Amino acid sequence: MIKIIDYKAGNAPSVLNAVTHLGFEAQLTRNLSDLDGASHIILPGVGSAKATMESLDESNLLEALQDAVIGKQIPFLGICVGMQILFQHSAEGDADCFAWLKGNVIKFDSSKVRVPQMGWNQVRFIKDSAIDAENDYFYFVNSYYAVPEDNDILWGIADYGGDFAAAVCKENIYGMQFHAEKSGEAGLALLNGFLEIK
Amino acid sequence: MLTKRLIACFDIIAGRVTKAVQFQDNIDVAAADELAQTMYEAQIDELIFYDITASSEKRPVDIETVKKVARCVFIPFTVGGGIKELDDMYEALKAGAEKISIDSMAVRNPQIISDGAKAFGSQCIVLSTQVKRTPSMPSGYEVYIDGARLATGLDALEWIKKGQELGAGEICINSIDNDGMLSGYDLELMKLAESSLSVPLIASGGAGKPEHLKALFEKTEAQAAIISSMLYSPRMESNYAVSEIKEYLIENGICMRPTRV
Repeated sequence: MIKIIDYKAGNAPSVLNAVTHLGFEAQLTRNLSDLDGASHIILPGVGSAKATMESLDESNLLEALQDAVIGKQIPFLGICVGMQILFQHSAEGDADCFAWLKGNVIKFDSSKVRVPQMGWNQVRFIKDSAIDAENDYFYFVNSYYAVPEDNDILWGIADYGGDFAAAVCKENIYGMQFHAEKSGEAGLALLNGFLEIK
Repeated sequence: MLTKRLIACFDIIAGRVTKAVQFQDNIDVAAADELAQTMYEAQIDELIFYDITASSEKRPVDIETVKKVARCVFIPFTVGGGIKELDDMYEALKAGAEKISIDSMAVRNPQIISDGAKAFGSQCIVLSTQVKRTPSMPSGYEVYIDGARLATGLDALEWIKKGQELGAGEICINSIDNDGMLSGYDLELMKLAESSLSVPLIASGGAGKPEHLKALFEKTEAQAAIISSMLYSPRMESNYAVSEIKEYLIENGICMRPTRV
């Protein structure tokens, strides 16, 4: 069963709508026992990295996710803030994050661009992954972005006052800075690709 | 590069989209979820729904319509009308909306902007405002509320700056003078607003043909534009397709998300 992590500030219902529309069955989940038997895990994100980490901690999901994603290698997709907390640290609220990926999350330079970035931006996919991805436009809402230490995990790049990591992947872990669930048919195609990973 | 956004705006009464001219004489267009799906398939970039009778009928926003739309539309959409407190926002977000628009209620109780921004993030809060040319105001524009019927004495520029300070993540300005007139945006107003904001500006009121959008995006830094009559008003002899508008703008050097065949 596909599990979508639900917490109050997240937009889990939007992700569930998209997954259901694609013809998959999925469950919103708030507690760790629900992660048993997960085939795929999606962590949607809205709000700050700090609030997200705190919310996962309150629901006792930190260790459960660690076990599922790192221990059991279940395919995992983090969206927006859900991607940012895969890294070591976020400047947003000075938050320590999962550190499954090396690197940190920093803020866009508001002297160069309007912050938050809000709207459709073009993503160029620069490496192959288990998900077929074509260069296209996706919907972003973010003030912060990840700076991976290891360039090998860079999957997609977009330009907002300079190139930034729009998508990353490493083994069973995928991160999308944009809202795939709100990026029209291009976004749905990527979600579908993720959900089809065996 | 970030593209400019075209936003289709729906004024909704009892689950149906209506079209007014300067806030009057609403005529029926289509069921909200059906028109939303049509616009989604036409590859509009974003949608805004105003439940325009919620406030006057003293009821919360029409959640059933929000849910129906969320099941068939996979682009961002904003919901406004009848939002009085955090619970109303939470319900609309839970039903599948990305953003909440607050207008008259924010004037009556500005704290709802900061409360909403704290609870759900600034990116969720759109401050929408209706403004009218008023030479006696410092900026030349005054804020109106309650369906543009009630003058507030607030200066438009002061109000949007305050809204941004309180945590609004986007500001949507509608020109009452230009609303439904199909004669173009009030470029002077949009220039004034955009240059005093750091958050994105959504320009509204007056779009009647693609040239109006070109002028807006060339002459101001507005990040997004609301169009409605052009797309679906039965009052127009013929409407424009989203693809036609976008192609025209792209040919004119404006960065847009192209429509896919």
